[in-house]
Amino acid sequence: MTPEEVKHHIKTYIIVFVALACLTIVTVAISYLDIGVKAGISLGLLVATVKASLVACYFMHLIDEKTTIYWTLIATAVAFLILIFLPIGTMSAQVRIY
Amino acid sequence: MDIPFNVKERPDTGLYNGKLGIWLFLASEVMLFGGLFSAYIFLRTGVDNWPAGTEYLNVPLATLNTLFLISSSVTMVMSWASLKLNDFKKFKLYSGVTLLFAFGFLVIKYFEYTAKFSHHYYPSTNNFLGIYFTMTGLHVLHVLGGIIVIGYFFGPGSKMWNTDPERFTNRIEIVGLYWHFVDLVWIFLFPVLYLL
Repeated sequence: MTPEEVKHHIKTYIIVFVALACLTIVTVAISYLDIGVKAGISLGLLVATVKASLVACYFMHLIDEKTTIYWTLIATAVAFLILIFLPIGTMSAQVRIY
Repeated sequence: MDIPFNVKERPDTGLYNGKLGIWLFLASEVMLFGGLFSAYIFLRTGVDNWPAGTEYLNVPLATLNTLFLISSSVTMVMSWASLKLNDFKKFKLYSGVTLLFAFGFLVIKYFEYTAKFSHHYYPSTNNFLGIYFTMTGLHVLHVLGGIIVIGYFFGPGSKMWNTDPERFTNRIEIVGLYWHFVDLVWIFLFPVLYLL
């Protein structure tokens, strides 16, 4: 990586930082909106996903990485989604915890 | 005997070994926290009434903590970029500031936890507080781990810059990847526990 490229990266880091700070305020603002629980959760998680993507793509350089890392993360994402959808699947079985 | 591929990329992976190692570790961390997020969904969808985070938690303090972690992430990546520009002094400055933000996060968390305990809110009080203390507690342990490693490279570990600068820069990249992951987990924990 040449010094010019690094300097270009630094500019990107500052822009991403400002975007993350603004989105944090947006996340808090959403919680005060009276849009119902489901819409609130969906919107809140959407903003969190955008923030997480910014961190992963730019701070963790995933926007320009080697294929080996992409394949590792694709396998992780599949396993993660199974974990997340397992409890949601139990909702249809009317499982209740008291 | 030298450990191979500390700096040079391994031909088959295209990466130096430490970088693949940290990504495999982070993949396992995704599953660790993923299991807890899964438990959270299970607990929350299993009851008709789930308390709003604001009933128990302090949103302004957590917002400040979010800003602390985001700021520490940017200073962490700047410390790596400084090494890439051969500016060791700036590396020290940025990694020092990263440590300050990390300690700031812990101090605020300390005040949050002690406020809960003074109101007799414990993990055993209810499911919400149980999952809150488990998830944030595990996250705090990760912050502590990050402080130890970043602190080591800020202090005694930084001697490597004089003997093997490329390898040292890679070490900072690796600890940076871990630190950004800690930030990333908090980005989800904050709205899930405090706001939704």
